[in-house]
Amino acid sequence: MQGNTACAEGALAAGCRFFGGYPITPSTEVAELMASRLPRKGGVFVQMEDEIASIASVIGASWTGMRSMTATSGPGFSLMMENLGFAVMTETPCVVVNVQRGGPSTGQPTMSAQGDMMQCRFGSHGDYSIIALSPASVQEMYELTARAFNLADQFRVPVFLMADEIIGHMRERIEIPDSMPIVERKPLIPGVLPFHPDPDLVPGFPTFGKGYGVHVTGLTHDERGYPCATSPSVHEELVTRLVEKVESARKRIADYVVTCPDAKVVFVSYGAPARSVEQLIHDRPSEKIGHLRLKMVWPFPEHALDEFPESQTFLVPEQNLGQIAREIQRHTDRSVVSLPKLGGNLHSPGELGQALEGHR
Amino acid sequence: MRHQVRFSGFGGQGIILSAVILGRAAVMYDGKYAVQTQVYGPEARGGASMSAVIIDDQPILFPKVTNPDLFVIMSQEGFEKYGTRADPHAVMLLDSTLVRSRPGCKFFEVPATREAKETLGRDIVANIIMLGATVRATGIVSENAMEKAILDSVPKGTESLNIKAMKRGFDLIEKGAEP
Repeated sequence: MQGNTACAEGALAAGCRFFGGYPITPSTEVAELMASRLPRKGGVFVQMEDEIASIASVIGASWTGMRSMTATSGPGFSLMMENLGFAVMTETPCVVVNVQRGGPSTGQPTMSAQGDMMQCRFGSHGDYSIIALSPASVQEMYELTARAFNLADQFRVPVFLMADEIIGHMRERIEIPDSMPIVERKPLIPGVLPFHPDPDLVPGFPTFGKGYGVHVTGLTHDERGYPCATSPSVHEELVTRLVEKVESARKRIADYVVTCPDAKVVFVSYGAPARSVEQLIHDRPSEKIGHLRLKMVWPFPEHALDEFPESQTFLVPEQNLGQIAREIQRHTDRSVVSLPKLGGNLHSPGELGQALEGHR
Repeated sequence: MRHQVRFSGFGGQGIILSAVILGRAAVMYDGKYAVQTQVYGPEARGGASMSAVIIDDQPILFPKVTNPDLFVIMSQEGFEKYGTRADPHAVMLLDSTLVRSRPGCKFFEVPATREAKETLGRDIVANIIMLGATVRATGIVSENAMEKAILDSVPKGTESLNIKAMKRGFDLIEKGAEP
């Protein structure tokens, strides 16, 4: 099965019933499959006029209680940034798949990249936090897409599946589980104000058409949902909560794989380059080569670096100029070496082997 | 046993589909592992197209083909881009209707595009002739698996045409496509 197909299948298994999107290489297969499958499942597929409208439709559909998603790549992702901030501010659960290609601008439509890792974290204005997952196989395109819906509903945030062209277009074996665990959206308890948070900092969800008329605004709002845009304290409290509801769960939701925790040199990877690291480790069975493979990149699991107490150097292969390498640097006093790769090719295991020799 | 296979040609010939069918035959009907990848340009048709398959008894980690032991080449540009650097121990199948050059490694000349047009009446099945020839020449997957994978992958109503094309590929190897 193809990675993009697995993504759509994972979304359907997770109960996604709305897709609003605009086709773009290398993500189009996700939309194609959703267009053919959703109507037969009682869902809705809409090809919107552009990506600004696509994410707007996804936000609207989510407020009707549907699990909703879109899929895009760099240029479309840039167009979505404004409304993604709106989704953050209005606490709208949604899943955005970005099958990354070479940028900036239209760049390399058919070639792989990981250049949008910082954009998904900080691309819209203001302070906020989101969740971003990064699949390294067709199997994970399925599983992490399904998990993205659970996280979106649990935290009421946009959740990004930050795939890349290699994983999205690759075909390989996949085992489809009989069912995926589904974490339902917490309903609003009658009598509670619609933006009053529970102890987990997430308010219950008042679904449109289920007895609620809720004011949903991108303006700073009070717990009723009414605009309250000049109160410093309301704004500070709201934005702090929007950040904290995700950041306080950092350890609880972290998703990573540790290989050889007593290694001195440790690769940190996510997405397609993880496959190169795994090949290198497989090819050198007698050597101690550490590997921290991140399946969730944001919120960044800084505690995972402590899983390698002997580590002296972190080597970070990415299909960008070192976006996550700098994030790692922020959290450790060990040496962090960025191994950037642009142009669309994957780091070869041989190249990683040379980097390893150079930093022993 | 690992095989790395590279297909190349131009957009519209079914270069990517050929790799998908070969990978599908290996995984679904021969019980192996396979990973299929590709490189293509933004053009829908006419641009250079390359696809690749790794077939192995073990799970495949690094997904890209680095040193193919089997080439299936369907255009002169595809040969120049990928075929000229073929390992001397590799095996190459050439669509001799479209590829003028010949490699240093062992090769089979398969006039697939001419046969598709003249014998089967549809040049669109040239890639399936190449797949049939590839399987008969190398045994990389079983012929039964290839037939099933082709039937899974082609549009309804074209099944018998495509199976004829595959069998034509078998015959072209029997007739001594090897120089």
